[in-house]
Parts: sequence; structure tokens; C-alpha cells
Amino acid sequence: MTKAVYPFSAIVGQDDMKLAMILTAVDPSIGGVLVFGDRGTGKSTAVRGLAGLLPKIEVVAGCPVNSERLEDCPDWAEVGSTKIVKRDTPVVDLPLGATEDRVLGALDIERALARGEKAFQPGLLARANRGYLYIDEVNLLEDHIVDLLLDVAQSGENLVEREGLSVQHAARFVLVGSGNPEEGELRPQLLDRFGLSVDVRSPATVEDRVAVIKRRMTFETGDAAFLKKWRAADGRVRRKIVKARDALGDVALPEAALADGAALCLELGSDGLRGELTLLKAAKALAAFEGAEEVSRAHLRRVAAMALRHRLRRDPLDEAGSETRVMRMVDTLFGAFSTAAE
Amino acid sequence: MSASLALSLLAIDPEGIGGIWLRSRAGAYRDDVLAALNALPLPCVKRLAPGAQVGDVLGGLDTAASLAAGRRIWSEGLRGTPTSIVVPGAERIEPALAGALALVLDEGEHVAVLLDEGTEDDPLPPASLTDRMGLFVALEPRGTLDIDGDAIAAARARLGTTDLPEYMLTALVAGMGAMGVHEPRRALLAAHVAKAHAALKGRDVTDADLAVAAELSFAHLASAPPAPEDIDAPAPPPETGEDQQDQSSKSDAALEDQIIEACRAALPPDLLAALQAAGGRSLRGSGAGEPNISHKRGRPLPSRPGALVSGRRLDLSAALAAAAPWQKLRPASAGHISVRASDIHVRRFEEQSDRVVIFVVDASGSAAAARLAEVKGAVELLLGEAYSKRDHVSLVTFRGDRAEQALPPTRSLVQTKRRLAALPGGGGTPLALGLKMALETAEAAARKGMTPSLVLLTDGRANIDIDGAPGRAKAGADAKSMAERLRATGYSSIVVDAGLRPQSALQTLSSDMGARYLPLPRADARALATALSDRS
Repeated sequence: MTKAVYPFSAIVGQDDMKLAMILTAVDPSIGGVLVFGDRGTGKSTAVRGLAGLLPKIEVVAGCPVNSERLEDCPDWAEVGSTKIVKRDTPVVDLPLGATEDRVLGALDIERALARGEKAFQPGLLARANRGYLYIDEVNLLEDHIVDLLLDVAQSGENLVEREGLSVQHAARFVLVGSGNPEEGELRPQLLDRFGLSVDVRSPATVEDRVAVIKRRMTFETGDAAFLKKWRAADGRVRRKIVKARDALGDVALPEAALADGAALCLELGSDGLRGELTLLKAAKALAAFEGAEEVSRAHLRRVAAMALRHRLRRDPLDEAGSETRVMRMVDTLFGAFSTAAE
Repeated sequence: MSASLALSLLAIDPEGIGGIWLRSRAGAYRDDVLAALNALPLPCVKRLAPGAQVGDVLGGLDTAASLAAGRRIWSEGLRGTPTSIVVPGAERIEPALAGALALVLDEGEHVAVLLDEGTEDDPLPPASLTDRMGLFVALEPRGTLDIDGDAIAAARARLGTTDLPEYMLTALVAGMGAMGVHEPRRALLAAHVAKAHAALKGRDVTDADLAVAAELSFAHLASAPPAPEDIDAPAPPPETGEDQQDQSSKSDAALEDQIIEACRAALPPDLLAALQAAGGRSLRGSGAGEPNISHKRGRPLPSRPGALVSGRRLDLSAALAAAAPWQKLRPASAGHISVRASDIHVRRFEEQSDRVVIFVVDASGSAAAARLAEVKGAVELLLGEAYSKRDHVSLVTFRGDRAEQALPPTRSLVQTKRRLAALPGGGGTPLALGLKMALETAEAAARKGMTPSLVLLTDGRANIDIDGAPGRAKAGADAKSMAERLRATGYSSIVVDAGLRPQSALQTLSSDMGARYLPLPRADARALATALSDRS
């Protein structure tokens, strides 16, 4: 059951997906990541790998919501212990058929029956606090559950008011949804509420595909040299993320970058301000990750597609994908060949 | 023989290969195969009960045991102990349950055997499961098994030291690419199959092992039969095709050719014929976009609390479960259960799409390209805008001496775009053939619980008859009789006359079909979509 986690850095290619996940690790307030694309391209491996490389979190032993300090533990949990333990960043899988009870938490039937008490049985959201909630095939999940999840993900708080219960607990997690667009699409209202969106494809070259299989097979044999090499690479990513988290507050967001972001969103006609906010947050997180002091056009350019592509009005007659449309607009506004100068 | 070999390979590397997709009717031979699982060095065999729920797979509260014991008892589901999960009726399994099974399979140590009793028209097992099965076997009606336990044991011991040289791996991946199989997970599974076979033979991997992998692991997914000029195979994403050509120049072309040759030889002859007949359709899951449940029932969803107004159905067990914890607190007369309004749970079903719009498009003559482009636009607009209606669309084209289903019923915009990217045009007008194909498509859709409606787009008169031979008179008569058969089915239909001026022949045809006649010269996509959206 507890298999070793495949190292994040050993995933071949898929740079956009890896970057999007790293950015949410630097600044979880960017919101969730939506990963759409071919099956078997390492989506779930990447989430697990990232959680595996992040620094361990300190939690109060026995706290159902992984609280950092005793005073953060919710009252209903009646946590007796004051011991702090270290554990991996949680990754919670949300199965497709999950009921509202299982996701949000519900009345604790055992205690209600045995002691006549109204007590709260925490759900998956409690377990995912301070970690990742991973939903495979999010496009097949009931819209109603997706709505709930996105609401909680945004507010960071799970409020349960049902069956005579009224409890709340912290539920700050990064939502990672994945799916295959050939099996159905997500409603635009839901799309918009994911912070970043990336498209993954099967590796295009034979070399890359061979590399994928070779690494995977080496990993399965438990080869020590392989693990050592990639765990070291993961360690470098971890240190960069930790540094970026500290530096995030100090990264400057110059007026010019604000204007660029606003112009881009305006020209693309993305609805609402969420696109702009996410674009700037992601650019800032990228700047922090790269150790830059302020957000530049290069940062905006790098994150523009992933922050905006799912917020465009769909035009079925436009052959170009939304990513192309975003990049076309970026080129128009920022100049096509100025990458080096930025 | 392939069943014996597949079982042996699975037993040699259960973790790497993951499982078998077994296509077969129930029968004595299949029972033999399943019985053989027990004798193999595989985890304990467990058959998934029909009607199993997500909770049975992922674990959860065991209601029966909890009630009996008076305290909460959790069931482990299939997690925890390694199991060989036998999944009966895999072609009818719901996406949610398939997702749960996939989750459990990904935890490793489990293997699965999908029993797929589907015939040609039936939907395929969910792709989330078939994706994880390293082996595919279409079982013959009868046969004998010949499994050598000692050879398997020896092969298991050798597996760790069996070498899969990089050039072999490259050839395998390139060969798969040439056959239109691009999934990285499939390549990994095929590599495991090749390696297990080499271990069974007691040597390092050779091209003979790759041929076995081709036959058992991915021949059933091939969307592009390895023919020299196979340009319009719809399934592979366009860019990989180009890369493939780049690649062949770089890698060792001779060996790759040899592998493709091996793959081609390994393909069962009837499969290849079936592939070509289906225009490149393969056993690739077409996804949950196609409902396989009658719309009258729909897919059951978790029930929710709510008032019991007319048209809703009570979920009794959920209501009782909601009432149960309060029984001690509620003043109740002895022997009765006190249920209050707030306990009421109502059943919900997922509304599957009711309608499938079948476009029957005349792809003959010079105007074909323009007309196809407009239809393409209209189809995409319908799909893009009518999201809430959840219509499915399907496309039948006819030209020259045949009609083909260019797009099976789907509501996926992505899939539609890929399929419609390059449709050929030109040639004669086999109107009767087109209508026949449309009728077949409509009937197949109706069997799945959808309500078909037809849209015929043409600007010309029939000049090819139902047997594919030229001749106006016979062609016209055939078209008329097909139109009358369509009328008898009662499916609603529209005839769009895309000619420059309305033609009386088409008007007659549309009244034969019982269809609405819509003259739409130079039909543009938006006008067409608007006309179709307000159809009754």
C-alpha cells in the first residue's frame, strides 16, 4: 500500500504542468490547477511527487485537520494531545462517486447512536487541509460537488450546516483536477475558478517516450542510484520553493507589470477580474521561484497561457486552441521577439 | 493459445502488467481461464459482486455490520490486501466505480481481470480501466489451457536480470507510434509484457518478444493499420504523425521497419479487416460521452435531502439512515421509527442526453469542401453553445460509391474537431447509401436510449444507387424507398437544400421522408445552427 513516491524531477518533460504545480506550492492562494489531457501522462504522479518533495509539515498529533498549533485545532475535534509530529504534505484522493457527506463531513452516527451526542465526523476536506486534494476525471464529477469544492478551496474554510450541526474548520488546500477533454468538458463557470490550467500531451518524440519507460522501469526495480540522483534534484526544487515562499512578500510588482497584465486581460476579453489577479499572482510566484526581485514581462509571458487560457470565451469557429490565442495576444502586446530583452 | 500465454505473462510480472482485458462470452472456456487464475502465483482472487458500489471498492462504513454490532465498523474494500480483482460485466460498469477501481489498481500489488462480454455494438469498458490492463485477449469460444507452472516460477526468478536493451525499447515505441498508439502508459505496459515474455524464454528481449507484446498488449488499440498511405486515420493527434516522420529518419530505420513488420504480422487478420472497414475505429474507449443507459432511468447519483414533491422518488434507505441517529432523542411510540421531514432523501439520476443530431452530408461534387466546412462549423456551434441541452451529434457523409460514419454520436468538442479536421470530398451522389447509413446510426442511437433526429444536407440529385452503381433512375428510386423507410421510423428530420435555388426533387424527397424542407442557399454555419436550434 505504501509505495515509494516517484520523484517529481524524474518526470520527463511536461514542464508546464510541473511549473504550474510548483507555483501553487509557492503561493497556494493562486488557486487550484486544472490538468487536462491525454491519459497516462503523469498527472497523478506529478501531484504525489510534488507533495513528496515539499518540506514535512508540523501537525498536532491526532488533529483531524492537520493543525499546526494546538489553538488552531477545532473545538469539536477534542484533541487531547499537545504533541507536535512531522508528517508529509497530505495528498487526498477524491473518488468520483463521493457523496457530500464524505467530502464535507457529516454527523458522527456512532456517537449519535451510542451517546445521543451531536458530533461531527470530518470528511475528506478536513484531511486535505494544508495539502493537496486530487480529483482524477474532474469533468465526470458531479457539478454540485465540484461547486462545493471550489467554494471551500477559495474561502479556505469548510462550513457545515446540516443535520443540526454547525461546525467549521480550516480547509486550505490546493485543488488539482485532471481529466480527459474527450470524455466531456467542464462547465465554463467551473473552469474559471481553477487558478491555473495546463494541457498535457503524450511526449511527442520517441526519445522522450523511451526515456519515460526507462526511468519508470528503473524506479520500479528500486534502483538506489536512480533514487539518489533524483531525490537530490527534488531537494534542489524543495530549497527553491522554500526560499521562494520567504521571498514572495518582497517581490515587487511594478506599475508596468500591472498595466501589462490589465491590457492583456482586456484585449483577450477574459471575463471578470479573476484572470488578472491570478496572472499577477502566478507571475509573482514565478519571480520569487527564480529569485528575481521584481515581476518582469518575461514572467508574465511564461505564465500567461496557464493563467488565462481557460477564461476565454469559447469560439468554436476559431480553429486555434485557446493557448495559441493567448500567446498570439501576448506577442502582439509585448512584441514577438523581445524575450531576450525582457 | 494466446489465453495461456497471457495468463503466464501476467503471473510472471503481475505488478508490471496490471491485468488482462478478456473479451469473451460467458462459457466453459472462460470459466477454465478464471479457474486457472487461482493456480497461478497471483494475489488472492476476488470477484466483484454485480451491483458493487464505490464503497465496496474503496472501503467505507459497513452498514450491516455496524448495525449488528452497535458500533461503527469500517470495511477495507479492496484496499489493503493484494487482490486479483475479477470484474464481470466490465462493459457496463459505471464511470464512478471504474474510477474507484483505477485508484485501487494504482496503489499497486493488485491485478485485474476485466470480463467484457460486449459485442460490436456495445460500449467498451471504461478507458480508465482498459488503460491499465497490459494484456488484451479475445477468447475463442472453446479451447484448452496449457500453463507450465514451473516455467512461470523460473521466469519470475529470472525477470530481475532480464535485459531490455535501449534500441529494442526505441523500436517498440516507434512501432507503437506507427500504429497510432501514443499513450506512455501503454508503452510501459507493453515493455513489461515483452520483458516477461523474454524471461519466460530465458533470454534477453529480442524482436520476437516485441511481436508478442504487439499482439497481446496494443494491437487492439491500433488506430492506424500500418499501411504506407494512411493519412486520414482520425485518432492520432495530428502533430504526432509529423513527429513520427522526423523520428524515423533519426532512429535506426531498419530495425524499426522490422518491428512494424512484426506488429503487422501479429495483428489478427480479422482485426485488421475490421479496422479498415470501420475506417480506423478501434477498441479505444470513446469515453463517457456516450451514454449506455436508458434516459428513463439515468445514472443514479447519491441521494440528497429534499422535499418529496411530485416527480421525485423517495430514497427510503437514505431517509431511514438519516432518521436513525435521532431515534433516542425523538419521542417515539414504541415499535415505530420516527421520521421527520428533514430526514427525507430523494433519489436523483443523471440526465443523460435525449437527443442525437445526425448530420447526413453530401460530400460529393465540387461544392463538397465548402459544405463540409459549414457543417463542421454548425456541428461545433451546436456543441459549443448547446452545452446545457447536452445534445450529441453524429456525422454521416456520402460520396462516390459509399457512405461512412465520419463521427459516431458524441458531445465532445475536442473529439469532433479532431475527426472533422480532414474529410475528403468529391465524386458521385449515393443518396440512398447515405440515408441507409443514417438510418443505421439512428437506430443504434435509439437502442442506447437516445432520440435521434436527422439533418440531410445536399444540393444535388442522387446518381448512384444503393449498390454503388451509377444511374439516375435507379438511384432516385432507391433514395425514395430509403426516405420512406426513414419516414416509417418517425424520427424527426430536416432536409437542407444547399443548392443555389430550391429544387423540386429535394422537396419531393423531403416529403417522402416526412421531413421539414429548408432551402438554405450557401448555408453558413451560424444560419444553419440557428435553424437547427429552433427546430421543434
